[in-house]
Amino acid sequence: MSNMTSPHQLLAGEIDAPSEEPPGATFWDWEFAWEILPDMLMAFLQVTLLVTVMGTIIAAVLGLIIAILIMVLPKPLAWIVRWTANFIRMTPIVVQLLLLFWAFLWMDAITIGVIVFGVHYATYMSEVYRAGIESVPKGQWEATTALSMSAVRTWRKVVIPQALRSTIPSLGNYAISMFKDTPFLYAIGAAEMVTLAVSDIGGNTFRYNEPVTIAGLIFLAASYPTALLVNRLEKRLAYAH
Amino acid sequence: MDWFEDWPQYFEALNNFSERLIDGLLTTIQLTLLGGALAFVVAVVLGLMAGSPSLWVRGPARVIIEFFRGISLLVLLFWMVYVLPLFWMANPGLPGEDFVRNNFLIGITALGINYGAYGAEAVRASLTTVSKGQWEATTALSMSWPHKMRRIIFPQAWALMIPSLTNLWVHLLKGSAIVYILPGINDLTFELDNLRRPTDIWFSHAFVGLVSYFILALILTLFMQILEARAKHKLGRGPSLREILSPDPKAAPPDAAVPVQQDAAQAKEGK
Amino acid sequence: MPTPTDPTVPAPREAAPSSSAETPVIEFTDVEKRFGDNVVLKDLNFTVSRGERVTLIGPSGSGKTTILRLVMTLEELTGGYIFIDGEPLTHEERNGKRVPVSKKRQKALRTRIGMVFQQFNLFPNMTVLENIIEAPIHVLGRPKKDAIEHAHSLLEQVGLPDKADAHPTSLSGGQQQRVAIARALAMDPEILLLDEVTSALDPEVVGDVLNILREVADTTNVTMLIVTHEMGFARDVSHKVMMFDGGRVVEEGHPDKIFTNPEHERTQKFLGAVLGHN
Repeated sequence: MSNMTSPHQLLAGEIDAPSEEPPGATFWDWEFAWEILPDMLMAFLQVTLLVTVMGTIIAAVLGLIIAILIMVLPKPLAWIVRWTANFIRMTPIVVQLLLLFWAFLWMDAITIGVIVFGVHYATYMSEVYRAGIESVPKGQWEATTALSMSAVRTWRKVVIPQALRSTIPSLGNYAISMFKDTPFLYAIGAAEMVTLAVSDIGGNTFRYNEPVTIAGLIFLAASYPTALLVNRLEKRLAYAH
Repeated sequence: MDWFEDWPQYFEALNNFSERLIDGLLTTIQLTLLGGALAFVVAVVLGLMAGSPSLWVRGPARVIIEFFRGISLLVLLFWMVYVLPLFWMANPGLPGEDFVRNNFLIGITALGINYGAYGAEAVRASLTTVSKGQWEATTALSMSWPHKMRRIIFPQAWALMIPSLTNLWVHLLKGSAIVYILPGINDLTFELDNLRRPTDIWFSHAFVGLVSYFILALILTLFMQILEARAKHKLGRGPSLREILSPDPKAAPPDAAVPVQQDAAQAKEGK
Repeated sequence: MPTPTDPTVPAPREAAPSSSAETPVIEFTDVEKRFGDNVVLKDLNFTVSRGERVTLIGPSGSGKTTILRLVMTLEELTGGYIFIDGEPLTHEERNGKRVPVSKKRQKALRTRIGMVFQQFNLFPNMTVLENIIEAPIHVLGRPKKDAIEHAHSLLEQVGLPDKADAHPTSLSGGQQQRVAIARALAMDPEILLLDEVTSALDPEVVGDVLNILREVADTTNVTMLIVTHEMGFARDVSHKVMMFDGGRVVEEGHPDKIFTNPEHERTQKFLGAVLGHN
C-alpha cells in the first residue's frame, strides 16, 4: 500500500489533480464512498487506533518515569532530564518523525510512529504527573516517615496511587490529542487512514472528496464521544474530591 | 566517537544553504504569526459566542468548535487543498479563487481555524472564572453585554487565558511543520530536507531543525510570559515588568493589597 | 456582629414620606422566588415610597438578600410582579398572561437603581476613578469632564479624595467599600440597594462606612432598601423595618417600635440573639 518515497514526491503533481477530473463528474459519489469505506475503517483500526493505543501506553508509563526521575535524581541530572523533556515537548512531532524515519530506515513507519508519539506525549504526561504528585498533601509524606516506610514503598503504596487518580482525565485528553495527531504519520508514509485516503485512494482515482470527507467524519465520530466521556470522568473525579 | 567527524563539512554545507534555511525559517515564522493571529481572532469570537447566555448564539458556536476540534488538522488541510477547489470548478467565476489556489493562505487558514477552535474553549473557560461578583456589578451598573465584555470581563479573563493561549501557540508552531507537505510552502521543515542530502539526518533535523524550533518556541513562551506579567500587574496581582526585570527587587506592594483580596475570596468560598 | 454606634441615641431624622396617594417607587405584588424546588419567597407584597428607607432584617436564609437581588435583576423572578415607579420591572400581565418585559424597558428602569455589594466588586482592571466614571460615561452618556468632576466630589464625600488614581487592590476593605458606594452614587440612582455592605469589613472600619451612608441618607432623597446586621445603623437611618423569616414578612413597623417593643415572637427571638452579642 504505502511506500518509502519522500513525501514531497508523493504529492508532487497530485496537487492539481482535481483540475484533471473530467468535467461534469459527480461531486459526491455514494457508491464510491461505500466502496472505500471498508478499507478506510481497516486502516483506521489497524494503524490509527493501534498507534494511539500503543503510544498512550508508552506515554503513560514513560511519563511517570520521567516525573519520578525529575523528583528523585540529584539536581544536575534532574535538570538534564527536565530540559530534555522540555526540548522534546516544544519541538514538532513531524520533524521528530522524519528524524527517526531517516535515522532508522530499517524500522517500519508504524513502529517509529508509536515511539515518537509515545515519547512526545510522555513529556506532556510527566507534567501532569508532577502536578499530581505535588498535590499529595505534605502530611502523607510525613506519615510515611513517621512509619519508617522505605522510599520505594512510600512512592509505590502512598504517593503514586493518590497522584494517579487525578491524572486519568488528562491522560484521556492527551490520548485524544495524540489520536488527532496520527495523520502526521503521512510525513513518513505510514499506511494510516488519512495517508490511505489521500495517497492511495485519491492518488489512484483522482477522487478526493469522498475519502477525505470520510476520514474527517471518522475522526469526528471517534474523538467527540471520547471527549465527552473524558469530560464526564473529569467532573466525576472532581466531585469525589 | 567518530560521530562528529564529518561535522566540519556539514557546517560548510549549512553555510551554503543558509540563505534558503533563513527563508524557510521566515516562512515558518510567518505561518506561526499569521496563523496565530487568525487563531486568536477565531478563538475570541467563538469563545465569546460560546459564553453567550443566548442558546441561538451559543449553539452554533459549540457546533463549530467541536467540529474543528474533532477533525484532525491534516484532514482539514487536505480537505481545503483537494475538496474546496471542487466548488470553484463546479461554479467557475466564484469569487476567492486566488485564495483556494494559494497554498500558503490555505496553510494559515487551516492552522488558524484548527487551533482557534481549541483556543475558543480556553477563552470560554477563562470567562467563566471571572468572579460572579464582577458580572453582577456590571449588571448593577446597567452595562450592555458588549460594553461589559470589552471593558470589564475580557480584560480580567485575559490574564487567565494567556497560559492556555501560550501552549496553543507553541502547538501551532509545532503543527505548522506539517504544512511543508503542500507544494509551494518552503518552510523550515521543507528546507531541512534539502539540507539533509549533503549532510546527515542528525545534523539537519536534530541539530539544526529541532534546535531552531525549540528556540522559536522559547521566544514565543517568553513573549507570552511578559504579556501575562503585564496583564496580572494591571489587575493588581503582581509586580510590574520593571520591578521583575530590575536587578534589586523592590519591597512588596503595600501589605493591604494581598490580604484584602484574599479575605474577600475566602469569604466568598466560605459561603 | 457588634454595633460600633450607640443605638440608644436616635439620629435626627426627617419624617417618613407618607404620601400614600403617590405611586410607590418599589412595589412587590405576589412575588414568588424559587431556586429549583426550594421556595425562598412566597406571596410577598410590600411597597416602598419615594425617599423611604427600608431595612430588611431576619435570620440568614430568610430571603432578604434575594429581594435586593430581584430588584437589581440579578435573579430571575419566578412568580408575581415587581413595579418600579409603577412600571413592571421583569414581567407584566397582558391579556391575563404573565409575559416578560422588553430588555430595553428593563434597562431603562435598571439605570435608576444602584447597588452596593457585600464583596465591593470593584473592577480590578481599572483605577478608582475609572471604576466610578465608567458607567456614567458609557451607560448614561454623560460628558467625560462632568463625570470626572462628579467622581472627584463623590470621592471627597466618601473621604478618599486622594485615591482617584489608586488601584482597587491596593486599598483596604473599608476603602474599597467606600469607593463602591461612590461608584453606585455616580449613577445618581433613585433607588439604592445596600446588601450587607459591612459584613466583609474589619470591625474597626465598619463605623466609617456606616457614617458615610448616614450622611447620604441625611443629605439626599434617595430611596434605600437595606439588608444589614448592624441594628444600630438600621435604627438610625430607616423609616421602616421589615422582619423576614422563611420568605415572609412576620412584622414591620417603625424602627423604634420594632427594636424596643417587637410584637412577634420570632422578632423578639431574633433581636435577642443579634443584640445579645453586644
